[in-house]
Amino acid sequence: MNTLVVGITVFVLASFVGFELISKVPPTLHTPLMSGANAISGITIIGAITAAGLGGETLAELLGFFAVVMATINVVGGFLVTDRMLEMFKSKSDRDKSRNG
Amino acid sequence: MVELLYLACGAAFIVGLKRLGSPRTARSGNRLAGVGMLAAIVITLVSEDIVNWMTVGAGLAVGAALGAWFAIRVQMTSMPEMVAAFNGFGGIASAFVAAVAVIEADLDSIAAETSVSIIVSLIVGSVTFTGSFVAFAKLKGLLPGRPLLFPGNNVVNAALGAGMIGSAIWGAVEAEPTGYWIAAGLALVIGVLGTLAIGGGDMPVVISLLNSFSGVAAAAAGFAIESNALIIGGALVGAAGLILTVQMTEAMNRSLANVLLSGFGSGGGSGAGPGGDSGSGDKPVNRATADDVAIALRYATSVIIVPGYGLAVAQAQHALRDLTNALEEQGISVQYAIHPVAGRMPGHMNVLLAEADVPYELLLDLEQSNPKFHRTDVVLIVGANDVVNTSARDDSGSLIYGMPILTVDAAARVIVVKRSLSPGFAGIDNPLFYESKTQMFFADAKAALEDTLTALKSL
Repeated sequence: MNTLVVGITVFVLASFVGFELISKVPPTLHTPLMSGANAISGITIIGAITAAGLGGETLAELLGFFAVVMATINVVGGFLVTDRMLEMFKSKSDRDKSRNG
Repeated sequence: MVELLYLACGAAFIVGLKRLGSPRTARSGNRLAGVGMLAAIVITLVSEDIVNWMTVGAGLAVGAALGAWFAIRVQMTSMPEMVAAFNGFGGIASAFVAAVAVIEADLDSIAAETSVSIIVSLIVGSVTFTGSFVAFAKLKGLLPGRPLLFPGNNVVNAALGAGMIGSAIWGAVEAEPTGYWIAAGLALVIGVLGTLAIGGGDMPVVISLLNSFSGVAAAAAGFAIESNALIIGGALVGAAGLILTVQMTEAMNRSLANVLLSGFGSGGGSGAGPGGDSGSGDKPVNRATADDVAIALRYATSVIIVPGYGLAVAQAQHALRDLTNALEEQGISVQYAIHPVAGRMPGHMNVLLAEADVPYELLLDLEQSNPKFHRTDVVLIVGANDVVNTSARDDSGSLIYGMPILTVDAAARVIVVKRSLSPGFAGIDNPLFYESKTQMFFADAKAALEDTLTALKSL
């Protein structure tokens, strides 16, 4: 199989996995879910690193640098802010524990 | 070998997303996905022949510092803007990756599918970038929330779209970089105009759709540089964003095309400025004071709170929690009914209430809440409007007719805390406010809830 066919196969299967995973998520988690998924889309960072690092033309290196900065903001900010949100989600028993303790 | 390691990162994303689907495992899921991302970065640094270490290192350091600073400083009420901004950064990063491919590649000899991937990544990433930042500005109040339309804007957008596709085809067929750059430039403009034309009330849908776009852009970049990790991550996010988008438009009983193209919220309530004098301003309402509200709550046995964006604007989530704690201490059952499109982002209210220490079991969704209202003594609506607008159910001429609402008028008594009678984001008057069982408490949400708590304590 050539790389294109492999790529399309991976894309289609991953899309189905995405649909399956998300359609069952309760609305209460939709904001952290969106924010976490958003952080995952920062995977473009590995393309950015390659673009910036492989020693091409100056313009390419400059664009690559900005790509790395932007993608890293997306990744680091996205995962951190999602963690901050999820840290706050507590069940009744968690709350009662922290109230009594 | 390297490909297998990337596959493990993709697997971490999938398992992480799965665990994000349940409150108990969500935090560990997010961390697992984060570890997968870190691993992917390390694998790339080690396996690629990086020569510009300074450039890469500086980019990572600057980005990590900025990202962490934003993430730690942002208030929970501003989460929709934050997600929009992060999304825009991701989009432009993918577009830049594609742009570097245009500069570096020998356009005469690249395969057709590679140029298509580059173009998709460039265009979708650019639209995501400007669209996200216009959404950010609208949510932040830097731009007016109403749809900004000009005569023939759909025609102009269609022409821009045609020009974009035309120049992309020209660039690909003639191996002409200028074609790629024109296409990217037009995509940036389309992102701006397209999002300006959408009302602030529909921004949740826009953010979710742009989130999906950022995934598509990443996946397309993955095809361009032949990276399965990018394709997996991008496809997951593309699908996830799309499904959330569809769920939201269903919650509003509208099609995606209607959300994107109709300029919703600019018509209908044409006279509906902040004064809300759209024909019903002289209808009488029952006004309530903090004492009235406190008494009504104190002698109820079951209360359901309906929070809306006004709660977030007033930063009133902690005041609400204090009030409901006081009610619970009196043995009164308190629950929260959350409409899928309450707030400016799906699930936004849940995050705010979580921040205020409200356990997630007390938060009911639309299907759970509606059967409960007829057994509820008092429904307290704080800063919500459209999601309880009975004209969506009763008035077939209404712009929002058919949108599923929280049927709060089944309860014995309805109290609305609201700054004024002005219609909500959709600009549509709400008949609920004029019903005999409804009492209006005109005040800032935070002050209103604090005054009510004081009144409750002095009973």
